[in-house]
Amino acid sequence: MKADVQPILQVKEIYKRFGGLVAVDHVSLDIYPGEVVGLLGDNGAGKSTLIKMISGAYKPDGGQILIDGQAVSFATPLEARRRGIETIYQDLALCENLDASANIFLGRERMRHQLGILRVLSRSYMLRESRQVLDQLDIRIPELRSPIRQLSGGQRQAVSIARAVYWKARLMIMDEPTAALGVPEQLKVLELIRTLRSQGVPVILISHNMQDVFAVADRAIVMRRGSKAGEVKISDSTDNEVVSLMVGAEYTREIKQLHDAPEEVRITTHDESEKDIS
Amino acid sequence: MKVATPNVDQSQPVKAPLKPLDIVSKGWSWLFLLVLVIFFSIFGQGFLNVYNFQTIGADMALVLIIALGETFVIISGGIDLSTGFVMGMASVAAALVMSNLGGRAPLPVVVLAGAAAGLGIGLIPGLINGVIIARLRVPSFIVTLGMYGIARGAGFILSGGQPVSININGVGQIGNGYLLYLLPDGRVSFFHLPSDLQGVRPSQIIQLIPFPLIFLVIVVLISAWLLSQTRFGRHTYAVGGSEEASRRAGIPVVRHTILIYMLSALLASLAGVLYTMRFSNGAADVGDPLLLTSIAAVIIGGASLFGGEGTILGTVIGALIIAIIQNGLIFLGINPFWQFIAVGAVIILAVLVDQTKKQLA
Repeated sequence: MKADVQPILQVKEIYKRFGGLVAVDHVSLDIYPGEVVGLLGDNGAGKSTLIKMISGAYKPDGGQILIDGQAVSFATPLEARRRGIETIYQDLALCENLDASANIFLGRERMRHQLGILRVLSRSYMLRESRQVLDQLDIRIPELRSPIRQLSGGQRQAVSIARAVYWKARLMIMDEPTAALGVPEQLKVLELIRTLRSQGVPVILISHNMQDVFAVADRAIVMRRGSKAGEVKISDSTDNEVVSLMVGAEYTREIKQLHDAPEEVRITTHDESEKDIS
Repeated sequence: MKVATPNVDQSQPVKAPLKPLDIVSKGWSWLFLLVLVIFFSIFGQGFLNVYNFQTIGADMALVLIIALGETFVIISGGIDLSTGFVMGMASVAAALVMSNLGGRAPLPVVVLAGAAAGLGIGLIPGLINGVIIARLRVPSFIVTLGMYGIARGAGFILSGGQPVSININGVGQIGNGYLLYLLPDGRVSFFHLPSDLQGVRPSQIIQLIPFPLIFLVIVVLISAWLLSQTRFGRHTYAVGGSEEASRRAGIPVVRHTILIYMLSALLASLAGVLYTMRFSNGAADVGDPLLLTSIAAVIIGGASLFGGEGTILGTVIGALIIAIIQNGLIFLGINPFWQFIAVGAVIILAVLVDQTKKQLA
């Protein structure tokens, strides 16, 4: 795939164990510019451990992480952020008492000089830049100066994403971005992921909602029991194939049977299989 | 504070429009203050008077200075219970240094050395509070309650259990002086009374703008600037809003928290030094009655005990409301003990208004 393009992120044979448990067992993956990659797996499959190593929260016990072909090692999530790996967490990591622009510039406030020597916040600059990045992502926030507590879940998610985009994220990792949202807001977030892709920012989408992954992802990487069970191109595969990768060979026959079952039955059991993954 | 300076980034300053809900929620304390002033002006003989307002301003100075530091602490999501005794300890230290140096050094040296001693010793409990709260993650209520006792004991040990009085003429003049004196013969004098005042009765001299009020205005303006215009202020709100989000955003939360408790202790010590200059003595327990009043001022001013909310202007109004209730009741000839009941009721009212506002939002 895209042999002539340099991957933004390369993970080679990465490995992590907690005591006797091997949480991530020699996993490799490449992420290219402008692609959305779904990361799927049952609970305990090693998705979050893998992501935490990429985002600097855990230190790998072995293997390599390369950004733009350069080997990196992160001691803290902050170091990963400085290299352009932004993780959008479920709990959002925003200050709800501050407005959108204060959150976008949180910890990286723009200052200006007052009376020549004093350094004060440049509110107007931060407001203008925030408005610009929100417009660029087609995010509508009615009042930029009201605390984001007053915004909807989707809008807050969007502020998080806008912050990452503003600070030139090279790679965006989203952990269950639609989990806490209503349906219209879910669609909005998926739309936002497409916008990111069109602007060349790759996204790793962790979700147990397969519909989401099939709606926006180009590829899906499937984890099972700490190893990479497979990698599929979304356009060439069905959700049943992906599910059998996730749950493993022992269940594949049952799923095959379901697949062959009449349409009605298939739809209901399809829902069940989604529940299994969650 | 708004001074036209060439903006480095060539930005156009934009004024935020006030929304109706903001006006109701922020305006109630203004309205309440106005109602109090009108009420006491009508029913309290002698309340509505420049002198009386000057007295209110000078009397509330110490409480408000402590409350300014407490505002930062409360916005950051903590509480500082040690301010009262830190103030007392600082007043003792300042009084000891001034009384020992008095007569042996020029007045400015005596005053500055006393002030430096008070502020310097007061920073120590602030630093200890901050380090234990931020690094060892002990709740601020517990740490500063402990420091409340420690500073109290240290203050009494330092003073030998007795108030330390100072007998230097100039010190009292700074603490009680006025900016302007208008004499009956039309003369105007700045900073001090002329010495040739035969035949002039004290009541004929018009004294304007007491020094404590000037100190107060300066400290209020600096605090308001610090909280609303600087990165330090923004990070104070951020830490109070979400410590976790602040840390993830790269804000040095530990260092910031330590600085906030040091600022609170510094302002409490400043109140102690001003007390010493005004009353020419220092004692370990002079700040004790001010602690709860100062916290009440912050809460009436709209700060949230859960952190993330509050302003300097709000705290100023909160302190004014308390000071005017205390002062006005005297003019009504009501038993002064009623002031405790009135202030207590206002605190509960303020929090009720705040909760209703949150439910409406």
